[in-house]
Amino acid sequence: MAEYLNIFTRVQVRGPAYAGVPLPRSDDPRQGKPTFVHLFGMIGDAQVGPIYLGWLGVLSLVCGLVAFEIIGLNMLASVNWDPVQFVRQLFWLALEPPAPQYGLSFPPMAEGGWWLMAGFFLTASILLWWARVYRRARQLGMGTHVAWAFAAAIWLYLVLGFIRPVLMGSWSEAVPFGIFPHLDWTAAFSIRYGNLFYNPFHALSIVFLYGSTLLFAMHGATILAVSRFGGEREIELSLDRGTGAERAAIFWRWTMGFNATYESIHRWAWWFAVLCPLAGGIGILLTGTVVDNWYLWAVQHDFAPAYPAVWPAAVDPATLPGATR
Amino acid sequence: MNIFVQCGIGVAAVVGAAVTFLTFERPPIETVQRGFRGTAQELVYTTRAVDRIAARNVVPEADPPVDPIGQKSSEVYENVQVLGDLDAGQFIRLMAAITAWVSPEQGCNYCHNPENLASDEVYTKVVTRRMLQMTKAINTNWKPHVQETGVTCYTCHRGQPIPAYVWSTEPGRSSSMLASSAGQNVVSSAAGLTSLPYDPFTAFFRDALPIRVAGTTPHGPDNRASIKQTEWTYGLMMHFSQATGANCTFCHNTQNFANWNDAPPQRHSAWHGIRMVREINNTYIEPLTPLWAANRNGPPERGSATMSRLGPHGDALKVNCASCHQGAHKPLLGAPMLSNYPELNAVSSQLPRSASMTPR
Repeated sequence: MAEYLNIFTRVQVRGPAYAGVPLPRSDDPRQGKPTFVHLFGMIGDAQVGPIYLGWLGVLSLVCGLVAFEIIGLNMLASVNWDPVQFVRQLFWLALEPPAPQYGLSFPPMAEGGWWLMAGFFLTASILLWWARVYRRARQLGMGTHVAWAFAAAIWLYLVLGFIRPVLMGSWSEAVPFGIFPHLDWTAAFSIRYGNLFYNPFHALSIVFLYGSTLLFAMHGATILAVSRFGGEREIELSLDRGTGAERAAIFWRWTMGFNATYESIHRWAWWFAVLCPLAGGIGILLTGTVVDNWYLWAVQHDFAPAYPAVWPAAVDPATLPGATR
Repeated sequence: MNIFVQCGIGVAAVVGAAVTFLTFERPPIETVQRGFRGTAQELVYTTRAVDRIAARNVVPEADPPVDPIGQKSSEVYENVQVLGDLDAGQFIRLMAAITAWVSPEQGCNYCHNPENLASDEVYTKVVTRRMLQMTKAINTNWKPHVQETGVTCYTCHRGQPIPAYVWSTEPGRSSSMLASSAGQNVVSSAAGLTSLPYDPFTAFFRDALPIRVAGTTPHGPDNRASIKQTEWTYGLMMHFSQATGANCTFCHNTQNFANWNDAPPQRHSAWHGIRMVREINNTYIEPLTPLWAANRNGPPERGSATMSRLGPHGDALKVNCASCHQGAHKPLLGAPMLSNYPELNAVSSQLPRSASMTPR
C-alpha cells in the first residue's frame, strides 16, 4: 500500500523499445536509437528516444541557438569579455531593448539592434516550435489541445515583447533579456503604471495561476489516492466507471458537495492553465495603452478600498510657490 | 531505498540548506506597523542591523565650551576669511574640533603650513572655507530637511579627510559593436544588488532629471515616462533605502507610490533632501574641482588618506544620502551635535577671496 504514497514510481515495466507509429513518407525518419534510463523511469517513461526532429524542429533549434548566442555574447561583452565576471554576474546581465528615443525604428546594433535581432530569432524559434507541436499532434491523430495551450503562453509573450510595444510606439517598452533585469523590469512596470495589483486582469490571471496549482494538487492527489483501486486508468474509468472513479467522486461530493468527473476535470485544468496567460496578456495590453495608473483607475471604478487617513493631510512640495525643481 | 533515491535526497538537502541559509534573513525580524491595519505599511528591522547602525553612529564627546577672549579672531589672526566674526577663543575651539572630526591622524598640517598658519598654500584650507559655508547653508537654508538637528563636519567626515560615502560618475561600459550594459545590469552595491541603474547619482544628484514617473490621472494620456526611466527612479529609491536603513514604506504608501496624501511625512523630508544634495554638489563641491585636480592625491601631509580626490571621469567626489545618513534614518541617530558648536552658525557667507580659489 505504501507503494502509492511514494513520490517516485516504484514499478518499472520494461518491454522492448517502441519506435512509435509508422510515419508518412513526407516526414523525416525519427532520430536516435531508443535506450532505457532507470532514473527517468522513476519519474516518467524509462524509454528515451527516438526523437522526431523534422525541418520545423531543426529550424526552431537553429533560430533558438542564434537568439541564445546573441543574448549570451552581448552579456559577455557587457563585462568586457571577462569569463569570471560573466559567471559571477550572470544573473544580473542583460540584453536591453532600445532606448525610448528610437521609438519603433531600427537602432544602432549596440543600442538595441541586437535586442531586436534576438527577439526576432527567439520569436521565430517559438513559432516554429508551435507549428511542430501542432503538426506532431495531427500526425498522431491527436487533438491539438497542447498546441493551443502553448499558443496561450505565446500570446502573453507576444503582448509583452511585440504587440504592446508596437501599440505604445516604442521598443523600449519591451522586456530585457536577463534573469534579474526582467524581474526588475516587472517591478518597474508595476510602479510606472500605478500598481499592477489594481489591474483586474492581473487579478484574474493570478486566480487562474493559483487555481491551476490548486486543481493540479486536487486532481493528482485524488488519482493517487484511488490508484489502489485502479483509479489511475482514467480513460477506461471515464467510459466504464469503476469503484476507483466512484470513490473519487463520492469523496469530493462528501467534502464539498460537488465533484468534477473523470472527463471534466481535464477541461477544468486545461482552461485554468490557458486562461492564466490569456487574462494576463489582456491586462498587459491595456496597461499604458488604455490605463496609465491602475490604482487611480480602481478608485474611479470603486474597485480600490478607501482607508482612513493615518497621516496629516499633505501637499506635494513641488506645487508650493517658489519650490525648487 | 536504493542508492539513487538516497543520493537525490542528500543533494536536495544540501542545496535546500544552502538556499535557506544564504538567501534568507535570520530571525528575529521586527515589523512596526505605521499605516492603517491591513495595508502592510510596516517598517522592517532586524536587531542585528540596528546594532550595526548604532555602533557606526556614535557621537564623539563635545569639547568643553571656552570663555570668550573678547576679541574677534580676525583681529587676532591674519587671513581669517569666513570665521572672522568668531571670538578668538571660540575660533581655536572650532579649529581643534575640525581637526578631530576631519583629520585626527594628519593633524593641523592637513590644511595648514606649520611655518605660517595664515598661508593658503595648502589647498585643503581653501576647500575647508567652502565646506564651512556649506555647513552653514545646510543648517540655515535646508531646515525642512535637517530641522534643528543640523549637521557638523563630523556628520559626513567621521574622523576621515574623505568621507566614507561619496560618489563620482561611473565610467560607462561600451564594447564597440556589441551592446553595453546601458548603465545597469551589473552587480552593484549602489543599486542594492539589483540589476537597476547603478549610477542614479549623476542623473538626480548632479543633474535634475525628472524623478516622477507614475501618472496622476487614471488614463494619463500625457504621461510619457518610460519603463526605463522608471528603472532609474527605482535605482535612486534603492539608494534611499540603503542610505537610511529603511524600506519603501518609510516614505511611501506603496498602494500608490505617487500619492502625497497618504504618504508618511518622511517623504517631504526626503523631497527637500534631494534638492539639498543637488545644491551641495553643484554649488559647493563641483566648483572646487580644479583644486582637487591639481592635488589628486591630497595635500603633502595626507597620512594614510591617499585615495584619489577625483573619480575616474575626473569629477569631484560628491555627496549622496549615505554621506550623512550612513545607514541610519537620521544621521548620527538624530544626536543634536550642532547645538554644542554654535560657532558653525557664525560662518560668513561671503564668498572667500577668489584669488585663493584657484590652485597655486
